[in-house]
Amino acid sequence: MTDSFVLSIEKLCKQVPSTDADDATPLTILQDISCNIRRSDTVAIIGPSGSGKSTLLGLMAGLDNASSGKIWIEGVDLFALSEDERARLRGAKLGFVFQSFQLLPNLTALENVMLPLEIGGRKDAQEVAASVLARVGLQKRLRHYPRQLSGGEQQRVAIARAFAPSPSLLLADEPTGNLDQHTGENVIELLFELHREQGATLILVTHDDNLAQRCQRRLELINGMLQSTG
Amino acid sequence: MNHLYFSLRMLRRDIRAGELRVLLMALVVAVASVTSVGFFTDRIQQALRLQANELLAADLVVTADHPIPEGYLAQARRAKLQSVMLFQFRTMVFAGNHNSLAEIKVAGNGYPLRGKVKITDAPLMLDREVQAVPAPGTLWVEEDLLRRLELNVGATLEVGARRFVIAHIITYEPDRSGGFFSIAPRILMHSDDLPGTGLIQEGSRVHYQLLVAGTPEQVRRFQDVIGTKLQRGERIIDVTDSRQEVKEALNRSNQFLGLAALVSVMLAGVAVAMASRRHVSRHLDNCAIMRCVGARQADITRVYTYEMLWLGLIAVLTGCVVGYLAHAVLIELLAVLFVTKLPAATLWPVVYGLFTGMVSLLGFAVPPLLHLQNVPTLRVLRRELGMLRAPTLSVYGIAIVCMVLLLLVQARDLRLGLFVLGGLVATIALLVGMALLMVRLLRNFTNGAGAAWRFGVANVARRARGSVIQVLAFGVGIMALMLLTLVRSELLVGWQQRLPPDTPNRFIINMQKDQLAGMQQFFSRQNLAVPQTYPMVRGRLTAINDQAVSADNYEDARTKRLVEREFNLSWAEDLQADNKLVAGKWWHKSARYDAQFSIEEDIAGHMGVKVGDTLTYDIAGETLRAHVTSVRKVQWDSFKANFFVLVPPGILDAYPASYITSFYLPDVNLPMLAQLVRQFPNFTVVDISAIMDKIRMIVQRVTDAVEYVFLFTLAAGVMVLYAAIQASHDERVKESAIIRTLGAGRRQLISGLVAEFFLIGMLAGVIAALAASLISFVVADRVLQIPFTFNPWIWLWGLLGGGVGVGLAGFLGTRGILNRPPLQTLRKAEM
Ligand SMILES: Nc1ncnc2c1ncn2[C@@H]1O[C@H](COP(=O)(O)OP(=O)(O)OP(=O)(O)O)[C@@H](O)[C@H]1O
Ligand SMILES: [Mg+2]
Repeated sequence: MTDSFVLSIEKLCKQVPSTDADDATPLTILQDISCNIRRSDTVAIIGPSGSGKSTLLGLMAGLDNASSGKIWIEGVDLFALSEDERARLRGAKLGFVFQSFQLLPNLTALENVMLPLEIGGRKDAQEVAASVLARVGLQKRLRHYPRQLSGGEQQRVAIARAFAPSPSLLLADEPTGNLDQHTGENVIELLFELHREQGATLILVTHDDNLAQRCQRRLELINGMLQSTG
Repeated sequence: MNHLYFSLRMLRRDIRAGELRVLLMALVVAVASVTSVGFFTDRIQQALRLQANELLAADLVVTADHPIPEGYLAQARRAKLQSVMLFQFRTMVFAGNHNSLAEIKVAGNGYPLRGKVKITDAPLMLDREVQAVPAPGTLWVEEDLLRRLELNVGATLEVGARRFVIAHIITYEPDRSGGFFSIAPRILMHSDDLPGTGLIQEGSRVHYQLLVAGTPEQVRRFQDVIGTKLQRGERIIDVTDSRQEVKEALNRSNQFLGLAALVSVMLAGVAVAMASRRHVSRHLDNCAIMRCVGARQADITRVYTYEMLWLGLIAVLTGCVVGYLAHAVLIELLAVLFVTKLPAATLWPVVYGLFTGMVSLLGFAVPPLLHLQNVPTLRVLRRELGMLRAPTLSVYGIAIVCMVLLLLVQARDLRLGLFVLGGLVATIALLVGMALLMVRLLRNFTNGAGAAWRFGVANVARRARGSVIQVLAFGVGIMALMLLTLVRSELLVGWQQRLPPDTPNRFIINMQKDQLAGMQQFFSRQNLAVPQTYPMVRGRLTAINDQAVSADNYEDARTKRLVEREFNLSWAEDLQADNKLVAGKWWHKSARYDAQFSIEEDIAGHMGVKVGDTLTYDIAGETLRAHVTSVRKVQWDSFKANFFVLVPPGILDAYPASYITSFYLPDVNLPMLAQLVRQFPNFTVVDISAIMDKIRMIVQRVTDAVEYVFLFTLAAGVMVLYAAIQASHDERVKESAIIRTLGAGRRQLISGLVAEFFLIGMLAGVIAALAASLISFVVADRVLQIPFTFNPWIWLWGLLGGGVGVGLAGFLGTRGILNRPPLQTLRKAEM
């Protein structure tokens, strides 16, 4: 039954040990999250600051371990995999866009986009990367370093990097959080366009109501608990 | 993914971005210094070896008390070695009514295989070098013989059943080894003439020698083959045991050069460690991102290890080329000093450079690299995760083991290597402790001073661990500088003074007791210092602890020889200045002494004799039995007369003694020698000035070599300083940017930075002075065996020079960032 969903979450919990030395009870960040996400959906994760959105997104990408519960990505039990197998799965099926871009400062825009393709062993890394960068409108900036690009341009490179391997699932954590409104809107447009073109499932964390409304589904987190699914 | 290809591209990108330049440069400097030292010392050592060969007149000599077996000569020919046979014996020679005892050396064409013979045509005329033996029918004789027989060059001399024409006076034979105490004038004869003399018969005492020369490889193979075939009475002499004095000089130079190279190697290791640590800490984010986009742990490890290997390959190749070029410059600079041609370098320095480069790179770069694979992917979301931990001893375990290995290889002497190693470990422990203590103490000094100073001091104390590492790194760099400038010259001068210009260059032997007063008068009449004389009585060791000794009791060829041969015993009231007691007690002054022996350390060790043992000597048919009461260390290269075995005065009065003396004769006083010998015809004057000159030249060359070798150590030291400044650069950049956004002015920031660097520099200076004093003490006391003079100036230099130097360097290094708007810096740091 999980096969029909690109992503399934079942009774997911995340706790971290309390930093307070006297208090042994762990701090609960996520509690009993369950949901299913269909292929090619667009999903917004919303909620107040500190409610656990980033934590949830990180778990979906297998960047961290859950305390209990399960996540399936295209039917594969994420936490049954070893760290390395998860890395390979990420390389093959997942793209991630960060709020703070996370480009490698030593690499040019082109090389940044080539990186996941090279790691995946693609021979055509350069051509693919160049065409994706052209798609995000940066065909003239291939050889530029991140520090030579504006924030919006950097985020477009990051998006190109995420889309270049044609992932089936794209996760974005406040992709516009560091951008002004206008640039942010452009970036969102780009995300949705690429979503339409490639048919990837798009899950994004946002504080922006307008953006949330554009998504087919909204998941609201409050105090680590899923409030409503719409 | 294709790791090799990917890592190569990563390397290209990293170098292009300036990331790995420091690491690469440190490594190139390391390899260049090691290989230039390697090429240079390789060739110098070969040259020194060749010079030492001169004292053998060959690369290897087989000696025997019976004719050399035919097989040996055949073996030498098969091995494509040059070879020549020598026969040496004593016989009476005649000229008219006169006769004299002479030592005859018979040599075939080709002699000497190494070095030159010097001859002249009339007494006291300038001599010239030839590489030849007398033509058949002629002889070359020592001047002494002409004087004794009242002959001139061109006269006829009867040797055995044949008559010869004296063609030249011989002034120098390269291989007059053991010739110090030769008792008769020497004659050189062509081997074709030997049968005609009828002198070699059954039972005659002849010393047979086979001289061979060739490439080191050929000689070694020959030595290996012959070594297994040696019969009783046969023995191999190679360069290393040709002469005690030369051996000591050679050993000392080897140690000195080895030590110089050692410092470069270790400094290079420190520089590489600092640079690679910085590289890794800068790559933490990259790794997290790479893992995020699908790289496995193994991919990360492989890619980074391969990147390091590529880097190492480039660095080693570049380093070797730079090292070779640098060494060529050294050779060029020194060419005038080298009379003999330097042999071509072997490939060993390259191998060693590769080994050193890879060991320093992998040993110091891989431990932090291993950390990279554990970088949690979550770091992309939470940056504080997976920070590089402060280095621990265990992380650098491999590196330390590798450095120890390098150290032992470089020292080429296990004892010296272990000795330096032990000292190093103790010194490092001491320095770390001191640095920690000082950094801790600093916390108490934050009151009262200006804001900048307070900020700087607080910075040093706050980052205690990082500060300790920096203080140590700067300390090591400054120490290298100190060793090179202040300490080096003191040590070298001290070493050269071991062979002052008035070191004795002539020996007189065969003096009789009743002639001593006359000889002393003669010297004072010539306004020369009256030399001290030493009695000499010949004796043969017959028993140790009443057990009869024979050569068969000993394995070692040298000991066999020592046991077989007659010793010169002497007596003395006081311990000579160039002797040092290592065991037992010297005899108390007394009117009448008991019989007892004082024995030289080396020979005691070989024969297994300790204080308290009894020795029995046969002296002119009578027996002298007594205890050993002391063991002495003798500084042989003082060129004073010295004896293996001494007794107190009075013990040997009953035995026939001759006297020996050594003195320094300036060249202008040369004619005085002829007068002396005319007045005392039985005196034998031995000229060792040629050997002295040779040793002095070797010392001079080694001194030069060491100075140049130290230049590379200096470069390595500078790299360490550079890497140390770089190490904290990133952190400082970000920190100062943040502080600026918080409202600190440019001036405030600069003074804070300078205060911090100044403080670190001063602490490092103190550490460096301490370490430099320790090291120079050890070198002076243990390696060079010269008195150590404490230099108080290096403390002042360390404190002020360190503070000002590091403060200035820190200022220059970080000034650039301060000119940039803080936001730009922050944005860059953020990525
Ligand atoms: N490893 C951790 N250790 C301790 N606390 C953690 C850890 N990871 C997350 N938290 C805490 O869990 C809570 C949820 O964090 P998370 O980053 O998911 O929030 P968020 O919803 O993304 O907030 P924001 O909108 O501000 O980005 C926070 O209170 C955070 O401090
Ligand atoms: Mg968040």
